[in-house]
Amino acid sequence: MSLPPARPDPGPARASRARWHPLEVLFWLAALACYFVLPSKHLILTEIAILALFALSLDLILGYAGIVSLGHAAFFGFGAYVAGLLAKHQLASEPLAALLLAGLAALLLGFLTSFLVLRGSDLTRIMVTLGVALVLREIANRYAWLTGGADGLQGVSIEPLLGLFRFDMFGRTAHAYTLAVLFVLFLLARRIAHSPFGLSLQAIKGNQLRATAVGIAVNARLISIYSIAAFYAGVAGALLTQTTAFASLDVFSFERSADLLLVLIIGGTGYLYGGLIGALIFKLMQDYLSALTPQYWPFWIGLVLVVIVLVGRDRFSHWTRPLHRLADRLDWRAGQARRATVSERH
Amino acid sequence: MLTILFDGIAYGMLLFVLACGLAVTLGLMNFVNLAHGAFAMAGGYATVILVNNWGVPFFAALPLAFLVAALLGLVLERSLYVHVYRKSHLDQVLFTIGLVFMSVAAVDYVMGSSQVFVRLPPWLQGQFNVLGVGVGRYRLLIILVCGVLTVALQLVLSRTRFGSRLRAAVDDARVARGLGIRVDSVFAITFAVGSGLAGLGGALGTEIVGLDPTFPLKFMIYFLIVVTVGGTSSITGPFLASLLLGIGDVAGKYYVPTLGAFVIYTIMIAVLIVRPQGLFSRGGVR
Amino acid sequence: MHRRSVLAATAALGLLLAPGAGWAQDSVKIGLILPMTGQQASTGKQISAAVRLYQQEHGDTVAGKKVEVIVKDDGAVPDNTKRLAQELIVNDKVNVIAGFGVTPAALAAAPLATEAKVVEVVMAAGTSIITERSPYITRTSFTLPQSSVIIADWAAKNGIKKVVSIVSDYAPGADAEKSFSERFKAAGGEVTEALKVPLANPDFAPFLQRAADAKPDAIFVFVPSGQGGTFMKQYAERGLDKAGIKLIGPGDVTDDDLLPAMGDAVIGAVTAHLYSADHNSAKNKAYVAAFKKANNFRPNFMSVGGYDGMHLIYEALKKTGGKADGDALIAAMKGLAWESPRGPISIDPDTRDIVQNIYIRKVEKKDGELYNVEFATFDAVKDPGKMKK
Repeated sequence: MSLPPARPDPGPARASRARWHPLEVLFWLAALACYFVLPSKHLILTEIAILALFALSLDLILGYAGIVSLGHAAFFGFGAYVAGLLAKHQLASEPLAALLLAGLAALLLGFLTSFLVLRGSDLTRIMVTLGVALVLREIANRYAWLTGGADGLQGVSIEPLLGLFRFDMFGRTAHAYTLAVLFVLFLLARRIAHSPFGLSLQAIKGNQLRATAVGIAVNARLISIYSIAAFYAGVAGALLTQTTAFASLDVFSFERSADLLLVLIIGGTGYLYGGLIGALIFKLMQDYLSALTPQYWPFWIGLVLVVIVLVGRDRFSHWTRPLHRLADRLDWRAGQARRATVSERH
Repeated sequence: MLTILFDGIAYGMLLFVLACGLAVTLGLMNFVNLAHGAFAMAGGYATVILVNNWGVPFFAALPLAFLVAALLGLVLERSLYVHVYRKSHLDQVLFTIGLVFMSVAAVDYVMGSSQVFVRLPPWLQGQFNVLGVGVGRYRLLIILVCGVLTVALQLVLSRTRFGSRLRAAVDDARVARGLGIRVDSVFAITFAVGSGLAGLGGALGTEIVGLDPTFPLKFMIYFLIVVTVGGTSSITGPFLASLLLGIGDVAGKYYVPTLGAFVIYTIMIAVLIVRPQGLFSRGGVR
Repeated sequence: MHRRSVLAATAALGLLLAPGAGWAQDSVKIGLILPMTGQQASTGKQISAAVRLYQQEHGDTVAGKKVEVIVKDDGAVPDNTKRLAQELIVNDKVNVIAGFGVTPAALAAAPLATEAKVVEVVMAAGTSIITERSPYITRTSFTLPQSSVIIADWAAKNGIKKVVSIVSDYAPGADAEKSFSERFKAAGGEVTEALKVPLANPDFAPFLQRAADAKPDAIFVFVPSGQGGTFMKQYAERGLDKAGIKLIGPGDVTDDDLLPAMGDAVIGAVTAHLYSADHNSAKNKAYVAAFKKANNFRPNFMSVGGYDGMHLIYEALKKTGGKADGDALIAAMKGLAWESPRGPISIDPDTRDIVQNIYIRKVEKKDGELYNVEFATFDAVKDPGKMKK
């Protein structure tokens, strides 16, 4: 009787994918360069970075685990208010500490609500997550003595970062801070995506039933990634509060979750950079159009979206082949092919 | 409080007329049409223009609103939507939200940002008393119209050939095509009728919930709630779901005003936890 | 992807670096931040139309300086407001930021006004505390308590004893209800129930039913401008006007923007407010005519906030001889008084808030159109929210 075939060692394939592609390095260098080269754009670049982090958090559950959520703003908003309240009542004077606490609070919320997204179709998940976000908004509105209600959280003052860097009006500190947090969390996400855990998520996304048959603890993984994504979203929300010294009910709004989904779809899901690129494109487009026509810019954005879909997103990537190759690196579909090749050799 | 029950039923019926087109489209074509509210808005504004500016009587304006929205739906379906059917759900979301943005801004440009109202004929205004229960005339009209529509829809679905073709296409489009059913024209007609119903709902709803250019965005959530709770495999599902939500919302606001807004979301979450595929779905997730 | 981000960055550089070349200080720039899209869009529309009208009538040069208005849409989302205000101040080097359709927007910009020493002219938002958030904030719109308190006075004096209040469930609604209740109860009246309606997508039916069941003398109502129409329709549908239950409240519910289309059921509603398009003064008649001609819709109480805000800035510039720095402007603004289309108004030198007449009006039909016809005036009402201190 022959021994069952040894499990193919994914080592070489995984290692090759985990290595940094030169394009990635250039991307981050360009982001850093923007800090120095575009001094008048600190504010919008900070907003883009926060949106990018938020989109990254959605990518973790949508692109890697296949969970569609229209209520991700729930965690964003929760993190935003926790950070705001910590600052207002001076419970955590160092912004980084508050950031971490806000993220953990959001993680807890994500964990508690994760059971809602375990079952059901896409539509069910969309509605349940949306419902949760809207309920949270109502709660924040109801407890106005705590949250400031529709007026927003007042009296938030943020201590200088690390005791040294004051959050100035030009947005220099905010920009550097947000970019740094985005980078660190991105590294972490990249690690997760390439780990066995990340691979198992992609298996779940592909076919949940088959994944269970192979012995992957589906529910546990989904709960974990949902909570992690909630952490990321909470951190993004906290960053918003800390860089604007303000938090209002809009952090929970349906529009925020919907815009987020748009951003991620534009950029592409499943390869981590989709959220970042989508955030950049969407925000710049919105800013440009809104300056041209303050009242009717949604029309032009709508038109762009319709054209993108009709022309086909894949045709756009035709023009950016390096992007495609990068996508292959981080995307599981190509990885699967490589894994198959590796296993044949054994 | 019978008046509250009455009000809730009226509100629920209105929701049903508005949302049933979406339920059928989603169930039939597996197409996420978030722009459904835009057709409702079209019907609403058509009625406003017809009644206020051109003096068309209200009753005549209602079927015209249906036709306008249905026509709009047909044209858009044949020209734009048909290219998007085979794309992923995410692309469909992107596409339809793009359409919503465009329609909101376009209506804002043409009609202005303020809310608009329909000039109702005097005999539709106010209430009359039936055995001590205050019955709003307009709400009674809504219940009657929507009731008739529901019965008509159910009859079409179960008694006509078109209805059986539609049901076949919903169950399994590929097999239906194989049997010679022109699934594409079934799609087109169903989409048009669904949009027309939305338009009618928009026209009727102007008086109750108000009409302004942001209507599609405001009410998208409610349509989705009805469709999710009701399931997409029948007409009765969304019908009962709308009634449940309508009565629940109105009763909740009357008896427990402090929890007003929570009720509808909580009902939805509760239902979806217990039965993720919707209350009345025939099981099976898409 | 690097290609893409480089492309985007270059495009951004090209497009975004273009403006912001604030030339000489021969121009005074006003950053007008308004909700031009979203649910508050009608406010933005009214104010921007009024600002345009003012500049058409008075030209764009004051005290030798050219006045330039930059309009930005914040969609009434406060983090947008803050970023736009920051960019206007830092990149476009504006001397004044103005507009602010909702309270959170005005509050979000307050710290910037203080830090950059830039005057903030609030043209729409109506919560009392706004002007206290920065010494550079002044207001030309209104405060809700101004109207709520006056209607409470009027109601108490006119035989209304029992009132049920229905307000939208957000801070201005709570403000309105609180100031009304306090004054009304102090005058001997009774507020049997205080109902709060959800702000988004309200169906007033159950709340109106509950109010009707309590059989009060009147219902006090406050809903944001834009929802007044639906409320009035449902009030009429329930037959409450025929049941002898009066309707009172701040004038937001009979907003001039929506009043013409509301239908005859509204006739007889009594409200207290700062402005009616029917206000009987030569200045107002000219204003309404010019506004209608340019825009095809009637001006409402939000529009005069914009019109008077521009007037305030212009007059202050004349007073400082063209000096546009924050300290000079705000000092010049304090105590200014003039005749506005709404009536005589002034800026309180202590609180920098607006002092204006509040009128009691009743909805009547004039020349086939519905108007709020004023029949009583309360002169020079200061913001009651601040007077308690």
